[in-house]
Amino acid sequence: MNYRRAFLRLLAGYALLFLILTSGSAFAQNGGELRFCLRSEPKTFDPLLVDDDSSLSIRYLTGGVLVRVNRHTQELEPELAESWKVSQDGKQITFKLRRGISFSDGTQFFADDVAFTMQRLMDPALHSSTGDAFRSGSGAVSTKIIAPDQISVTFPAPLAGLDRLFDQVAIMSARSPKKEAAVLGPFMVAEYKAGSSVLLRRNPNYWKKDSHGRRLPYLDSIRLDIQPNRDVEMLRFKRGELDLINVIDSDYFDRLAATSPQLAHDAGPSLDSDFMWFNQVASAPIPEYKRAWFRSTNFRRAISQAINRDDLSRVVFNGHAQPAVGPVSPANKFWFNSRLKAEPYRPDAARQRLQADGFHLQNGALFDKEGNPVEFSIVTNAGNKPRERMAVMVQEDLGKLGIKVNVVTLDFPSLIERISQKFNYEAAMLGFRNVDLDPNGQMNIWLSSAEDHAWNPQQKSPETAWEAEIDRLMRAQASTADPKKRKESFDRVQEIVAEQAPFIYLVNQNALSAVSSAVEGANPGILSPQTFWNAERLTLNASARASR
Amino acid sequence: MNAARKLACVVVLAVCAVSLAANWLAPAGYAKQFREAPSAPPSRQHLLGTDEVGRDRFARVLYGTRISLLLAPAAALVSTALAALIGGLAGYLGGIWLRLARGFTDLFLSLPWLFLLIAVRALLPLNTSPLVSVLITFLILGLLGWAASARVLSTSADALRNSDFVLQARASGLHGPRLFFVHVLPNLKPVLYAQFWISIPVFILAEANLGILGLGVAEPLPSWGSLLRELEGMISFREEWWRLAPLLLLIVVMTSFQTLLSNEEVTA
Repeated sequence: MNYRRAFLRLLAGYALLFLILTSGSAFAQNGGELRFCLRSEPKTFDPLLVDDDSSLSIRYLTGGVLVRVNRHTQELEPELAESWKVSQDGKQITFKLRRGISFSDGTQFFADDVAFTMQRLMDPALHSSTGDAFRSGSGAVSTKIIAPDQISVTFPAPLAGLDRLFDQVAIMSARSPKKEAAVLGPFMVAEYKAGSSVLLRRNPNYWKKDSHGRRLPYLDSIRLDIQPNRDVEMLRFKRGELDLINVIDSDYFDRLAATSPQLAHDAGPSLDSDFMWFNQVASAPIPEYKRAWFRSTNFRRAISQAINRDDLSRVVFNGHAQPAVGPVSPANKFWFNSRLKAEPYRPDAARQRLQADGFHLQNGALFDKEGNPVEFSIVTNAGNKPRERMAVMVQEDLGKLGIKVNVVTLDFPSLIERISQKFNYEAAMLGFRNVDLDPNGQMNIWLSSAEDHAWNPQQKSPETAWEAEIDRLMRAQASTADPKKRKESFDRVQEIVAEQAPFIYLVNQNALSAVSSAVEGANPGILSPQTFWNAERLTLNASARASR
Repeated sequence: MNAARKLACVVVLAVCAVSLAANWLAPAGYAKQFREAPSAPPSRQHLLGTDEVGRDRFARVLYGTRISLLLAPAAALVSTALAALIGGLAGYLGGIWLRLARGFTDLFLSLPWLFLLIAVRALLPLNTSPLVSVLITFLILGLLGWAASARVLSTSADALRNSDFVLQARASGLHGPRLFFVHVLPNLKPVLYAQFWISIPVFILAEANLGILGLGVAEPLPSWGSLLRELEGMISFREEWWRLAPLLLLIVVMTSFQTLLSNEEVTA
């Protein structure tokens, strides 16, 4: 009888062991090591000084934030803050914090950590680009600790979309001797080999648990290899040495999809856009008659109508791009003006617009009303193959109207110097890598006084009525906390941009990524970081875990 | 002339002839975009397929060869003439002139020429046609590529300055430019020829390097540099072997040049 009981106990033990060893993610606390590449050296591990993609990735994986924009739904979700409330005037935000949370080094998390972080973030001596987003007007930002788990932050002027800005603020400890090494996120930096790799390990004190009550993250560690060469990155991915590629080009994507379609993910149009614009700066060293062309709405609209965006999407991006509508990608669900459509390819309409401005054809070449041949150069950055191909296609499209376009590729520093300091260019083609859903992130582009108002920056007063109207609308949307009113204002901005074409939007590239079949729980999206936005819930399958 | 050199000579001449006949051999032209067939494999219509925007690759290889093969010798001529002027004259004059010229040449050689080329290229006016841009690119290469040849020529001219026949000419009352042009320069000819032929592949590769950086010949004009740039990111050679055509052509032409150079004049 005893033997029988012992045998049954042994059997039950083996069964339990078998279940544990063969179970999936429900038991997958030992999630193994995820591996992917950073394309450059991280410039800093200080979460408040982050300004580059690699440091951003590390901040996302290690930093704990009060609220988080869900990269899939685009909705704001509570994190370290249980709840929050923005005041009617948009100047103050009050957070109710979770209790019983510790930093990775065991230091307790309280409201004074939030106060410390905000004071450091807003210190002008720190020169934090994250902090710049919070600078609403002259005057100091003040914090008030209402209780150990409650804090309010007051700004000198209203900040539209205030709560969403906290998605970028990783809370630092006010008391920990480890400073930025003490983190509240799912992982912590364990090892950094300059020029080689960054190793992140699971934060043992991470506060979040899954629906089964198991502490997150599932993974043991993440190894980030520093690898700027995309060919090498793809080869390593194909060999199974890497688990993710966050962003890949359409060429690589198609090659991967041809052999392993289950690994290639196209999440649809991203927030990024490629566009071109004409130099309208009054003091630019370009002939006066060309400035007159570039300042003509008819001319800009004609150019826009003569570009075949469908061809650009299909030929340059192998169909992994959509003709761009305007400054907001359709991927930005809330802020996109759905009444607008991408400019269709209409060369005949373009010719009519040019004729209305006095342009005429002569022996196949286009001349303006003063008899000047229509010829201009498009500068773009050397080395960006898709952009160079787009420029060549635009060159051919405009050639059909009799316009001679010279494509000039320049190294990036020379290009930036020309378009932002010397204004010694005629037209430029660049891209906008948008990480912010809120239009406030584009204030530096749309205000006529802004430095990044590319076609005619730093105007003392708006030089055109439509720019004055954009200024008014952008300020109006920034000064109210009412999302509906903000949307109305920004919708109108998008309409004016479509009517005036200061930027000629070309395409929105799709968010393309690669995820190894070894990774479980991945759901690539369009917002950065596309593949590891839910890193705390990613696991590796049993065979991948066993091999590492 | 041995068999290998004869073969190399035939290859170079054949490549030149075929590239000059590009208008007849590839009537589609190098710029026309067949957008319905981008990155197409070889076919009867497109012998080497099409590039990423649908341009006929065969036509681009022919026109690119024409540009690189015609303009590289022109650039080599400019650089060799400069080298003869600076190096040859300094070697002939000797003394302080030779030391100054060698110092200047060493300084020029120590400059990071690729960055120099990029900087000079960025300073050029933007509204230059592709044809002018290609001329400017090779002119810059010629103007910046004289230093190494000048060093060789200054040493050779220095040796000639103290040779018996020059001393005899001097003793006969011959001085100045006449002595240089009548006695020194003709004896530098073998070195000049060698430097000229050596410079051609160097400039072809330099333009290819600039092309790879996207700073060479302007679109839509092709050159070997821009054609080689298309190989960037190519993962499987087996699947798209035809894309290697410009690389193979470059290797064949460069090897032919090297074979042609392996004569007494170079080793002299």
